[in-house]
Amino acid sequence: MAAAVEHEVSHPALQHHFENLEQQREAGTLGMWVFLVTEIMFFGGMFFAYTLYRSKFPDAFASASNHLSLPLGAVNTVVLILSSLTMALAVYCAQVGKRRNLILFLVMTIVLGSAFLGIKAVEYRDKYVDSLIPGRLVPGRPFNPVVAAHGDTDPHKLHLMGSATVKHVEMFYWIYFAMTGMHAIHMIIGVGLLLVLLYFSWRGRYGPEYHNPVEILGLYWHFVDIIWIFLFPLLYLLGRHMLHT
Amino acid sequence: MPESASTYSPQVDALYFYLSGVTVFFTLLISIVLIFFVVKYRRRSLYEIPRPIAGSHKLETLWSVVPFLIAMSMFAWGAQIYFHQYRSPKNADEIYVVAKQWMWKIQHSTGQREINELHVPVGRKIKLIMTSEDTIHDFFVPAFRMKADVLPGRYTTQWFEATKPGTYHLFCAEYCGMNHSGMIGSVIVMQPTDFDNWLSGNASQQAPSVAGQQLYESLGCVSCHGARGEGGRGPSLVGIFGRKVFLTNGQTLTADESYIRESIENPQARLVSGFGPIMPTFQGQVSPEQLIQLMAFMKSLQVTGPQSPSPATTVAPPAAAETSRAPTPSAAAPTPR
Amino acid sequence: MQAPETFETPAAERVNYLNAQYGLKSWLLTKDHKRIGLLYLGSISFFFLIGGLYAMFIRLELLTPQGDFLSSATYNKVFTQHGIIMVFFFLIPSIPATLGNFLVPLMIGAKDLAFPRINLLSWYIYLLGGIITIYALLAGGIDTGWTFYVPYSTTFSNSYVIATGAGIFISGFSSILTGLNFIVTIHTMRAPGMTWFRMPLFIWAHYATSLIMILGTPVIAITILLLAFERLAHVGIFDPANGGDPVLFQHLFWFYSHPAVYIMVLPGMGIISELIANFSRKNIFGYSFVAFSSLAIAVFGFLVWGHHMFVSGQSVYAGMVFSFLSFAVAIPSAVKVFNWTATLYRGSISYDTPMLYALGFIGLFTIGGMTGLFLATLGVNVHTTDTYFVVAHFHYVMVGGTLLAYMGGLHYWWPKITGRMYPEGWGRFSALVVFVGFNLTFLPQFIAGYLGMPRRYHAYPPEFQVFNVLSSAGASILGVGLLIPLIYLIWSMRYGRRAEANPWHLPGLEWRTPSPPPTENFLVTPLVTWEAYEFAPPEELRVIGVFKEDESLENADAVIDGRPT
Repeated sequence: MAAAVEHEVSHPALQHHFENLEQQREAGTLGMWVFLVTEIMFFGGMFFAYTLYRSKFPDAFASASNHLSLPLGAVNTVVLILSSLTMALAVYCAQVGKRRNLILFLVMTIVLGSAFLGIKAVEYRDKYVDSLIPGRLVPGRPFNPVVAAHGDTDPHKLHLMGSATVKHVEMFYWIYFAMTGMHAIHMIIGVGLLLVLLYFSWRGRYGPEYHNPVEILGLYWHFVDIIWIFLFPLLYLLGRHMLHT
Repeated sequence: MPESASTYSPQVDALYFYLSGVTVFFTLLISIVLIFFVVKYRRRSLYEIPRPIAGSHKLETLWSVVPFLIAMSMFAWGAQIYFHQYRSPKNADEIYVVAKQWMWKIQHSTGQREINELHVPVGRKIKLIMTSEDTIHDFFVPAFRMKADVLPGRYTTQWFEATKPGTYHLFCAEYCGMNHSGMIGSVIVMQPTDFDNWLSGNASQQAPSVAGQQLYESLGCVSCHGARGEGGRGPSLVGIFGRKVFLTNGQTLTADESYIRESIENPQARLVSGFGPIMPTFQGQVSPEQLIQLMAFMKSLQVTGPQSPSPATTVAPPAAAETSRAPTPSAAAPTPR
Repeated sequence: MQAPETFETPAAERVNYLNAQYGLKSWLLTKDHKRIGLLYLGSISFFFLIGGLYAMFIRLELLTPQGDFLSSATYNKVFTQHGIIMVFFFLIPSIPATLGNFLVPLMIGAKDLAFPRINLLSWYIYLLGGIITIYALLAGGIDTGWTFYVPYSTTFSNSYVIATGAGIFISGFSSILTGLNFIVTIHTMRAPGMTWFRMPLFIWAHYATSLIMILGTPVIAITILLLAFERLAHVGIFDPANGGDPVLFQHLFWFYSHPAVYIMVLPGMGIISELIANFSRKNIFGYSFVAFSSLAIAVFGFLVWGHHMFVSGQSVYAGMVFSFLSFAVAIPSAVKVFNWTATLYRGSISYDTPMLYALGFIGLFTIGGMTGLFLATLGVNVHTTDTYFVVAHFHYVMVGGTLLAYMGGLHYWWPKITGRMYPEGWGRFSALVVFVGFNLTFLPQFIAGYLGMPRRYHAYPPEFQVFNVLSSAGASILGVGLLIPLIYLIWSMRYGRRAEANPWHLPGLEWRTPSPPPTENFLVTPLVTWEAYEFAPPEELRVIGVFKEDESLENADAVIDGRPT
């Protein structure tokens, strides 16, 4: 003989179709994990194209990769890893209810994320200046880099190694922009969501009973970070690797 | 059944009959059992509840394993005839096919050109070497039970041996734009004597290998590859088709039509080991038909003796052998021109 | 024993999800999965009509061997658009977004899906994608074939490729969000006592489908993006002159599009399991085998894409692997067919309209599935690929399979969704007409295909005409058979006999709540103590949480699980 299931006193954040906050939290977390799986498949398609064309044109890829700014890429990597640290700390603060520190760490994550995007913008501008944007995407400035002659050390000029051709270097830049561009879009969305979270944190919405949105945004942020961890060596470090073989 | 006009057709038809038989058998079996159960066990009273039956591992195993075995028989038979048909025999007559929107251009190695028609003799193995000038097409002859996609920038092949004189449909079987359904023609199979008559009756055109030689000279290939293809500043082309080639990046490949075409259009992509990146690109200067002519010429080059050095004849490891032909000359190298 | 006068009897007009709120805003801003299911039902039916119109033009043109009805360019657009609308805007969303959305929470005892607002968003995304695609069609159309092969679509087609691609790209997110919602809901929101192996097979099927949706759809998204950028920027990713490879496109395209066909058919199989069990009042023979076979199809479905490319120039060894795996993926489907048939043994079978559709499905899916084996067989595939044999095969599984299952499910759950019964006589009649018309349309195409008639042909040699005439005749019958339900279903929403909560006297949770259900689905949270398909007399299958005279809960006996205490 069973009695009707009682509803606990509702937390204001409890949605009407969930029995309790625990179920809501479980659903939210699982939902974010499933979403991240779809993102893996999405980026996976681009990683596949990268693998294919890198094995077809290794020298072109090495030349193009060499031409990317290693210092800027490395700084960005450090910036992003730091932002994952601040995000994880923010999640912890939300879980234990430390509102002020939560706000502090969210702000730091936003700042670091924006710094990443700013540095990326600088890199993209450099590519524009050097006419490295593929195809005819930029009207009036098609892909047309200046190839360095032997011994020329001008950093704006492209050094072609081995059997690299300009056409195949363009393929690299195609993939570079597709992957980093897609990544940047995800970062922008992430920063936007962080701003929303910041607002609600300031309003005191998150605490030990209810902090799931912070947790799942943390998952998203770490995922975007991990994508970059793969992108960085594959895009920036090819030249150094291949120069030494 | 469509006409059966090649050595391959009966094999496909036999397998098709087997598949049809199995399909009809199972369809009838399921349908009859279904109808039988539906009639015999129709509901007789409104709220009756039959005794539940959970299942039977034995039955499940039976009807997983048996279909699997039948499926494997289909797979094995199909794979076997496919595998035999896939590799073109070495002694086949070669015919070149260039597809373009919306016509088939056919070039016999004896020089005859045809548009939308292909004359072949009965009983001879014919290998089609095909490429496209624009989109993907597909050369489909239902009577031969054969089709293969025709790709731009690549050569695909298929072969057949016709068994019955007659005129058979040729269809394009990969959607290629506005006049896809108009890209049709005929394959005309003739008795050998009739075919010879047709050959000689046709306005004799230059054999592609002769045209190819003229191109070889006018484009300047002679200066690096030698007048008889023996090599020099560039690798030897004698016997190149089907030969193993060692590349500067350490890889090895077997030279085929696609590799030769790539070397003409993008020479530095996969460079033969021991040679510098000095060959200019001919992309845009050579049409697909001219490429065919050049290749026909290369295929006609005979091995003229031991003075034509090729990597296959050296005993030492490839890197060592090839460096001996690098810019620093050694006694074994031919005199550069 | 007579059921007491309560929610069981249809007489009173109670508050339910349809009349709880009125007004356009209450529909367009709803969070109720049932209303969202109805919104999808309307839009999907609209797209089906458009796709059907294109089909009509195809069959009219093909009555004669010459291309005399439509110009070649127009015909190429017509068959392309028929394919695109039917695949992306009808078949893929149809069952999950209409019946799935409506029934998944009901069948597991939940109040809604896990993310109701995302559910509504997915409908708007679907609409946005659909509107963009319709714009592309009206602006001039697209003629690349629904498969968009390069280099034709990147370099040679002068049609609205990018706009159509954008529409499909956007609607793909609708698919992903629906799948995400289902997975989370099924994992976290089952009612107490509803264990995985007590779930109806409809739920298992939708779970497997959702796995495919979330894993496969992102790949077609990136493929369409690459296609669009290539068309815009001509960098050469698929262009051999620049070092690219046109066959790469085919690999990327089919990596999604093959699993996509399992997105289309698995939910249909879930419906068939429900119909066969419930209309023979027996639990499905081998329940766990059927459940696991859905998962097996989902997994194996990702491994067989190369069977669309046997003649594309891919290596012979790749061909062998794909052929072998394609045979393997057929086995779980065969197991289902045998299990369904065995379920009927010693059952109590009624001939209601849903059951007629289910029986039709089994027969037609068997033919469609076995002709798939022809295409998996390497030697035969070389001859039959790109001919009408393929066209016949996929219409057997898509129309004879998915569409029939959809019609059966729609009729079966119609009383639950609308609170009204459809006219049974008309239902049976149109099921028969559909079955006859369908076979007449597509059986001749197998023969035409083996004889060598290629697909996507606007004009054809005269020897194929007799098959085309038969096919077009069948198509008109099929069209009539599908129009009749459109009319009587709409009619029944106003004039149909009102349905009680459990008109078929079945144990499923969706039948243990009023027809139509209240917005929160159940009056109290159900406590499930019975197995799936555990049939019982009607007095034990009452609405959960409802009792005697005055229908108030305060007076209630605790009949939470529907069985008298």
